[in-house]
Amino acid sequence: MTTTSTVPTVPYDEALQEFEPVIGLETHVELGTASKMFCGCDTAFGAEPNTHTCPVCLGLPGALPVVNATAIESTIRIGLALHCDIASWCRFARKNYFYPDMPKNFQTSQYDEPLCTDGYLDVVVAGETVRIPIERVHLEEDTGKSLHVGGATGRIHGADHSLVDYNRAGIPLVEIVTKPVTGTGAMPAEVAKAYVAELRDVLRGLGVSDVKMEQGSLRCDVNVSLNRPGEEWGTRSETKNVNSLRSVERAVRSEVERQAHRLRNGERIVQETRHFHEDTGMSTSGRSKEEATDYRYFPEPDLVPIAPDPAWVAELKAALPEAPSVRRRKLVAELGLSDNDSAAMVNAGVLDVVLATVEAGASAAEARNWWLGHLAQKANERGTEAVELPVTPEQVARVIALVGEGTLTAGLARQVLDGVLAGEGEPDEVVAARGLAVVSDEGALTTAVDEAIAADPDAAEKVRAGKVAAAGALVGKVMKATRGQADASVVRRLVLERLGVTEG
Amino acid sequence: MPEITREEVAHLARLARLALDEAELDVLAGQLDVILGAVAQIAEVTDAADVPPTSHAVPLENVTRPDVVVASLPRDAALAGAPAAEEGRFRVPRILDEE
Ligand SMILES: [Zn+2]
Repeated sequence: MTTTSTVPTVPYDEALQEFEPVIGLETHVELGTASKMFCGCDTAFGAEPNTHTCPVCLGLPGALPVVNATAIESTIRIGLALHCDIASWCRFARKNYFYPDMPKNFQTSQYDEPLCTDGYLDVVVAGETVRIPIERVHLEEDTGKSLHVGGATGRIHGADHSLVDYNRAGIPLVEIVTKPVTGTGAMPAEVAKAYVAELRDVLRGLGVSDVKMEQGSLRCDVNVSLNRPGEEWGTRSETKNVNSLRSVERAVRSEVERQAHRLRNGERIVQETRHFHEDTGMSTSGRSKEEATDYRYFPEPDLVPIAPDPAWVAELKAALPEAPSVRRRKLVAELGLSDNDSAAMVNAGVLDVVLATVEAGASAAEARNWWLGHLAQKANERGTEAVELPVTPEQVARVIALVGEGTLTAGLARQVLDGVLAGEGEPDEVVAARGLAVVSDEGALTTAVDEAIAADPDAAEKVRAGKVAAAGALVGKVMKATRGQADASVVRRLVLERLGVTEG
Repeated sequence: MPEITREEVAHLARLARLALDEAELDVLAGQLDVILGAVAQIAEVTDAADVPPTSHAVPLENVTRPDVVVASLPRDAALAGAPAAEEGRFRVPRILDEE
């Protein structure tokens, strides 16, 4: 379990000079429908265990599933946004396996007749457009959640028994599978991350999912193999449980480094499933795939075929929102952002949130400064990406507006954002709860100024004698006394006024 | 040539978590072979006439429901059929394989 730290590796850049990477990504997206895929149970996250179940999603004998129309529509829209062909006729299939996360002992999925096939998604990495080919987009149902009891850390290892919650079982789940992606050269990890980020933006733009990686509504499996130039593709490993953008990058990177070392030493790569651990950024070996699982797929007899009307599909296609990449280009042009500025934001992965902050009413400069400054720093402290922080562009725009109207200083605004990040609520709630508004009551400020002057007669005397620079010490005292809640320029004016000095 | 071998029946039994003893395997392999032989005879006819396999006996398509939430079972009712429950969850034996 913890043998990962001793796995020998070759540094990433060095590995990629010697080997060519082939990557593949399987992304699972929980759709944001109100009800489950085949029954009317609520899909809301965070309910008490097993309060969103019924005979259908519990797989009780005689229960019959019926397809959620919105889930079909959302899946087709995803396929269209990814430039896929939409099937004119397809069926669901049973994927048979025994595991307590599915009470039916099979998962209703799609096998050789997916709803959408053969598309692509373009992503920009280091200024270059990389086309990621999409193999298929199909619809299935999510599984329940297990809690392993008796083990040391809630993991399976050493567990005594497991407790299962079926609230999530049956929530519509879309699987998006890329074709093998070649030609990523020295940047397979960066391309993988950019793909998942772009896919998330597309899905968010379609409004089909809340795409929250931290809540598991968007999850990734990452396949990696290496080969020497001119040779056949190598054996691939599949890393599961990759649940943040940063981890997608780390998962590819660590596999490249691990596999390169084995190959360089003439060892073979085992075709296996590896498990990614968010805490260490490393993966550990799981089930070997060499004993291939036989799922005995067959057409689901309880569900009739889906045959999307081509006219309806054409309507859905015509009504698709603008692709994020197109919207991004337009906004960048409208805002007159420089190439350097937009490149910096693309590199930090914040261009979309900056643009969203601007759309929520902030100026481009302010939005840029907050996302590349304080929020980037906070993300760094937490070991995550700015876009994954629990703060929305609307909230950032509100904080910027509060600064603009003089309710907050920049320093207070930072504290308000910290409060939002700490889960204390909306910016206005944080301002109220923490008492962070600027003290604009000049009466109260004047009292604080007088106290500062009384406490530091030397500085006061110097100011009276014309050494205006000495006012800084007094201003500092007032700012400290008001815990940063005063506007420093107002305090400075008051200090000078009280000491009878006018600045020329 | 048999349609299904004894080894294949044993493999399927394992996948279906059926504990079959040696004698049962002998009997079932023979019986399944007869059934599959009969199906193969039908396949000869349908293949010749280019009839697609039937997965659904009723000619229906696009049966869907609107995305509307309906009441779930009360939790006690949901757990009532479980062999064991704990903390509002279904209690199942330790899982040996990885997640
Ligand atoms: Zn249900």
